Amino acid sequence: MKEISELDFPEDLYYTEEHEWARVTDGNVTIGISDYAQDQLGDVVFVEMPASGDQFKKGDAFGTVESVKAVSELYMPIDGEVIRVNQTLEDAPELLNQSPYADGWILEIKPGDASQLETILNRDAYLKMLKES
Amino acid sequence: MSKPLAPTGLNMNEPLLWEMDKPGRTAFSMPRHDVPSAPLHDDLAGDGPDFPDLNEMGVIRHYTRLSQWNFGVDTGMYPLGSCTMKYNPKINEKVSRLKGFAALHPMLPALMTQGALRLMAELERFLAEITAMDAVSLQPAAGAQGELAGMLLIHAYLKSLGVKRSKIIIPDTAHGTNPASAALCGYRPVRVTSGEKGILTPHAVSEVMDEDTAGIMITNPNTLGLFEENIKEIARIVHGKGGQVYCDGANMNAVMGMVHMGNSGVDVLHLNLHKTFSAPHGGGGPGAGPVCVANHLAPFLPVPRIVVKDGVYHLSEAFPQSVGRLHSFLGNFGVMIKAYAYILSMGAEGLKKASQLAVLNANYLKEKLKTVLHLPYDRPCMHECVFSDKFQRDQKITTLDMAKRLMDFGFHPPTIYFPLVVDGAIMIEPTETESLEEIDRFVEAFRIVTREASESPDLLRGSPKRCRVARLDETLAARRPCLMG
Repeated sequence: MKEISELDFPEDLYYTEEHEWARVTDGNVTIGISDYAQDQLGDVVFVEMPASGDQFKKGDAFGTVESVKAVSELYMPIDGEVIRVNQTLEDAPELLNQSPYADGWILEIKPGDASQLETILNRDAYLKMLKES
Repeated sequence: MSKPLAPTGLNMNEPLLWEMDKPGRTAFSMPRHDVPSAPLHDDLAGDGPDFPDLNEMGVIRHYTRLSQWNFGVDTGMYPLGSCTMKYNPKINEKVSRLKGFAALHPMLPALMTQGALRLMAELERFLAEITAMDAVSLQPAAGAQGELAGMLLIHAYLKSLGVKRSKIIIPDTAHGTNPASAALCGYRPVRVTSGEKGILTPHAVSEVMDEDTAGIMITNPNTLGLFEENIKEIARIVHGKGGQVYCDGANMNAVMGMVHMGNSGVDVLHLNLHKTFSAPHGGGGPGAGPVCVANHLAPFLPVPRIVVKDGVYHLSEAFPQSVGRLHSFLGNFGVMIKAYAYILSMGAEGLKKASQLAVLNANYLKEKLKTVLHLPYDRPCMHECVFSDKFQRDQKITTLDMAKRLMDFGFHPPTIYFPLVVDGAIMIEPTETESLEEIDRFVEAFRIVTREASESPDLLRGSPKRCRVARLDETLAARRPCLMG
């Protein structure tokens, strides 16, 4: 596993305490897991995702990531309806390890209340949390 | 280390069965057919499965050779935390193979199986006495089914009172199957975080316990190997809001005959006969996960139940509030015989002593290893202790690396990366059946491994070195499994 200083945390994302990230693009929000999360999990072997149209509240478990070490739940950073899931992860779960912020995205949602993003962590707050844990 | 334990003896490479295929080879002769030929329905015709052609000796040698690669508790120490890999006394096997038990047909009527029913009735009574609960069902086939049985019982009980609830509280130190069992029964698991001492605080429970919560599933001792000391107070809070207390008894090996589960406020508890009561498991299963309940839940136990009338055992379905049947016939009877044999050979004092020694062994091991491995909760433990790889992180050595290297010393690795509350967890359960000498050898091996972690970390990353196969590609195995024998 890597040191926190060796990991990548883009500035333009929001982060959760459960290590998901959220990115706003054209009013919609893309969701994935952070570089820290993928590093801690180790090689990801399976990603279980919801279907388009599913509705979730902030904090709801929306899927699971299975690695060689453990199975972990994925939690919604904010309320929203799923409009797209990353189907390529079904055959290539390794994208979560190789490219957590780009090809390894998991969901795109239509946010119920985008202002909820302001209540989760920005890069600095997330980094601070990681360093303190 | 004076003499390495890991053997390098006569063990043979073995091809896959499909690679041994020789068309025409066979292991049986078809009897001459002595009935008139009849046409086969089209739906039943077609190509057979792709099985290799093999002869009997080839198959026997194949599996015998593979069996020589096995590692089990009969080979060496198997300190797999949370699994209670204690030695399985061979008297259990002998008794379970008595012809009257082994050849018993499950369809025989109760009057012709009085011995088997008596054994089951007595086992129920023993388990009730060991846990200080009131009634028992032996039906559930394993721990997780015992958990589901417990949830169904709580649901049926609340329903009988006209109460409908949607949630179950589950601490982060519960067994991993608990949330799944609750969800399978239709409850939404609500996670609570354990306190600083690694156990649950009454405060944390009172914060989430409400009148939409059916109860709590608490593992005691918990998965950190710590006793939930606040269990009575927690049970009082849950009962106060009309909930029920389920105790996951998978860690019962620490407290056999030591804890009065009934008095501590537990309403339903499951046991793992294949762990605590020395029936083999892992590759040698199957399991059995009886549920033990307090009187108010007894009417809901699965049917058929064994009842005795005028000295005769009967199977009765006359329990209208029962949750129904959970297993075909009466459950995994073979496992019950082994647990019964174990309980009778140990006796009440022997079972207590076994738990005391299991706790002593774990604490001894904990004290011996805590200078070289990080111990997140440094306090007396029960039957197992949980370390982490924190001291080794400077060298970028992980729990997995150390677990792999331990195999080079002839030990089965401990449970790793569980419980999730400890990052990089190493969970060690020596059980009472290992001798002081064996535990000392394990400690010595682990100390060598931690020394190697700082002096030659690459050796660990490339381990195991002395095993039949080197580090396996677990990722590839999970992503692209080869399912050929």
